[in-house]
Amino acid sequence: MNLLLESLVQLFGRAPRKPRKDELSPAVQKVYFHKKGEKVTKAELIALHDEHHKNSKNKWRKRRWLTLIAVNLLFVVSYYFDIQLLEGALTASRFAGFHMADLNSALQVMLAHKVVLINLLIGIVTVFILWLILGGRTFCSWVCPYHLLAEWAEMLHLKLFARGWAKNYTFHRGVRAVFYVIFALLAILTGYTVYEFISPTGILSRAIIYGPTMALVWIAVLLLFEIFLSRRAWCRYVCPIGITYGVVGVLSPLRITYDMSDCKHEGDCRAVCLVPHVLDLTIKNRSVDVEVGLGADCTRCGLCVDACPTSSLNFEFKGLTQKKKKEELSLMPPSVTEKNPAVEDKIND
Amino acid sequence: MNNSIPETQKQTADNKKTEKKQVAKNITRGPGRRAQQARRQFLRSVALATGVTSISLLGFIPIPSDAKRQKLRPPGALLENDYLSSCIKCGQCVQVCPVNAVKLSDINSGFGLGTAYIDAREQACDFSCDGLQCVLACPTGSLTHTLDYTHDTRMGFAVLDKPKICLAVAGQGFKGVARGTEYNGVLRYEEIDRWNPIPLKEHPYDVDICDLCVQACPIEQRYNQCQDGKYPSGDKNQCPPQRAIGLELIEEKNGVRHMKPVIYDGCVGCGVCEMICPTAEPAIIVDYNKLTKRPLSEQYLIKAKKGGHS
Repeated sequence: MNLLLESLVQLFGRAPRKPRKDELSPAVQKVYFHKKGEKVTKAELIALHDEHHKNSKNKWRKRRWLTLIAVNLLFVVSYYFDIQLLEGALTASRFAGFHMADLNSALQVMLAHKVVLINLLIGIVTVFILWLILGGRTFCSWVCPYHLLAEWAEMLHLKLFARGWAKNYTFHRGVRAVFYVIFALLAILTGYTVYEFISPTGILSRAIIYGPTMALVWIAVLLLFEIFLSRRAWCRYVCPIGITYGVVGVLSPLRITYDMSDCKHEGDCRAVCLVPHVLDLTIKNRSVDVEVGLGADCTRCGLCVDACPTSSLNFEFKGLTQKKKKEELSLMPPSVTEKNPAVEDKIND
Repeated sequence: MNNSIPETQKQTADNKKTEKKQVAKNITRGPGRRAQQARRQFLRSVALATGVTSISLLGFIPIPSDAKRQKLRPPGALLENDYLSSCIKCGQCVQVCPVNAVKLSDINSGFGLGTAYIDAREQACDFSCDGLQCVLACPTGSLTHTLDYTHDTRMGFAVLDKPKICLAVAGQGFKGVARGTEYNGVLRYEEIDRWNPIPLKEHPYDVDICDLCVQACPIEQRYNQCQDGKYPSGDKNQCPPQRAIGLELIEEKNGVRHMKPVIYDGCVGCGVCEMICPTAEPAIIVDYNKLTKRPLSEQYLIKAKKGGHS
């Protein structure tokens, strides 16, 4: 199974493919084999979670909210105190004088205007490299102000949904790729940056920096839709910015990795995730290897890391993060190998 | 006969009910249900795509009140269509303007949402930054980078819109603050403070024939400085080649003679005259559409061809 290709097609909306048995590495098959029949109770899970997240409940969420608010406040502070540290808005800015351009906004502008602008190109390259290093859709969950509002709306949605006061209509995820093509075509054909007219990221960022506008009504409509009708609909099914940064993140060294050896496969991570399809590999017999990085659609928000009762999901920076070295055999309970010599044969089947 | 009709109707209704129940049974179990769910999800997705796309196309219809008069754009702005397509809506031009003349459009401007404009009556661009800061700040060239000097800009063109209310035409003078004490606009007066613009309400005028529009015109000021041999910022290139506005003695056909502000080719459409005009409604306004007689982009093209600065 080509993980890179799988990650890309998932980004464009295809459902995760269940790997064939022969696509699973021998090591992972071994572990799955020994997990057969393993059961875990709710109480055990809670105990495990408490043990793994001692003194650090919602660690990543706290860090992320702080970062998101700090970045957006930096724009405001920089403008009001005229310190010229971060000028502009999220669509385009200057950080200490360096041009930065939101990749999606820059793309829309170039499609509409049909000119490659040199200054913009500098901004694009800077931001491209930045998010290539930091994980692509990391932009979504760590910077985009709409993400934070939508996250709060989601909390409300889940409460209302549990009481039956809200619905959760789902859509085909492929519709986001359709939107991507629609907005690209509209920009080319009309010569207007059509997406920017409805982009909650741009509208909110400008409202935070330059003061509230009537356009905030549109943000309210979106949030109400998400609260009462469809969980996280905009980020999941519409926003083309997610695809743009997702593509950047395909090759990013920063990602969340899944180590299935201790995983209880209870699905707590999928329950909190904005893009749960990237976590389908935590279902039994879905991970092709003992350790696998999550797909490009992952926003690196860290909610799953906080939720995982066994610390099976972790942030990793390829080449920098030291991996815990584990002997393959140590994964196998010794009792099994000693008492049942037929095990090896079965695994090799 | 009459009785049998309701009965058959009832029967068919019953049949339909059982049919529905059977269909329902079929689809609540097995692959049939999954197919139906997928079909519904597909239809919902089509509806979502149609809905959101339609909403995005509402941008074609700016609210009429907003479109009545074409907004002034910051100095160096490309012609309207190019401007709208190239602006990335970041507001960096807003942040650098020393007189806060540049503002961002709201959703009633349609696709113009987030683009910069100048409401001259509220606060005009008086070029007190001296260096076209907004042009330098623009990351996309929506405010063209081929522009170097104040006098090269064309934001519009001033016209004496209501000559009947113009104080100069009526032979009247003006004494007091130009726009009343409630007005918060600012202008830079070089003789008072070279670096900081001051509120208009702190700068009263006293003239026998009202010529505030001429006095305040940044191009006229630069032109006069150059005539005196004092170049703006010490740079001779900053000298406007032509005058922008002046009071002239006009003789009407019926022999009545009066003064009148006359706009010359050097006008850049900055809007200071519209801002300072002390009548309740401004007698003089900047007309964006007049600039299209001498297309901006064409001017810049000519300049670029001449090997001008880029």
